[in-house]
Amino acid sequence: MAESIQLEVTRYSPEKGAAPSSQTFEVPLRRDWVVLDALNHIKDQMDGTLTYRWSCRMGICGSCGMMVNGEPKLTCATFLHDYAPGPVRVEPLRYFPIVRDLVVEMSDFMRKLRKVKPWIIREEEKPVSQGEYLQTPVELDTYKQYSMCINCMLCYAACPVYGLDPLFIGPAAIALAQRYNLDSRDAGSRERLEIISQHEGIWGCTFVGECTKVCPKHVDPSGAIQQYKLTAAKDWFKSWLMPRGAK
Amino acid sequence: MTHGEHDAVQGYTTHHPRWFRKRVSTYWWLEQWAYLKFVLRELSSIFVAGFIVIVLLWIRAVSGGPEAYETFLNCMKSPLVVVLSVIGIVFVALHSVTWFGLTPRAMAVRVAGKKLPEFLIIAVNYAAWIVASGFIAWVVLRG
Repeated sequence: MAESIQLEVTRYSPEKGAAPSSQTFEVPLRRDWVVLDALNHIKDQMDGTLTYRWSCRMGICGSCGMMVNGEPKLTCATFLHDYAPGPVRVEPLRYFPIVRDLVVEMSDFMRKLRKVKPWIIREEEKPVSQGEYLQTPVELDTYKQYSMCINCMLCYAACPVYGLDPLFIGPAAIALAQRYNLDSRDAGSRERLEIISQHEGIWGCTFVGECTKVCPKHVDPSGAIQQYKLTAAKDWFKSWLMPRGAK
Repeated sequence: MTHGEHDAVQGYTTHHPRWFRKRVSTYWWLEQWAYLKFVLRELSSIFVAGFIVIVLLWIRAVSGGPEAYETFLNCMKSPLVVVLSVIGIVFVALHSVTWFGLTPRAMAVRVAGKKLPEFLIIAVNYAAWIVASGFIAWVVLRG
């Protein structure tokens, strides 16, 4: 195995005004090193100006998502030796505006997350004295998969629909809406449906399915969206059959 | 005002960082095999629609009497139609196979609180396909 590997890292300085370019760094190729280790090595030893996000380095925080050889990856969970002999192309997450080097602008995603009301909505709050809301293991199992999302945005970088139509609410936000809809303690599905069943919501999705493939937490956003479509269609059909039915 | 326009007006200042936004190429679907597969899958619906049109024309020919039916058969025998049909059947097969593969994702079937395994849902689709095709073959071939 070679001793070192080349990393082609995207550089972008907004103050210089030029389009992003690529800079090549030669880093040690160690068996236990992930792409993030290589970036940290560059920042510590070679070029302190390299800018990127990271935090937990263990697949929990969802900060270090980047494109590695054209694929959205958590760089803390992507081993360098899988790409030997290299070179490894490291780019900022696709379809997001670049702020600097490998850092993308994510407030669009944050806005969309808020929009789908990802919290438990109750018709009536129980007083604390009555204790917690109980849930059976089966009820937990219904939504648990969707609750594993770490907001790393890899699914957005894999979704050509989001790339072509930035208004699309996108995989993670819809999966999260579904997470709360399926929660037995929640009563907000109708409120969310109004937002999610718009054109930029579920109906924008063409089921490319790449979001599910790149998800490091096996959330399956594309599955959530299709199941949501089914619910919305049934809902529409019901309201059409019984226009004055119970709301 | 889009961010791009905003940037062009403002230029770079500390509180208005100039983002770089890359345009998605018209040929985005050629950049990745998965995307191309998706586009081919979507394209396959045109061929499914094509086969439906052929069946409708066929029914019209049957109801139009022996002469109309003969003309229809001759049309279907032309090399162009044969070639198109062969391409069509490949796409229709792709359509069925890809959609059967995606069914378990769109339908989370739960039996007694447990999610059914994916292969079972796919297998039910294939079984239904075989039964329907067998029935049609029986109707057509029984003489």
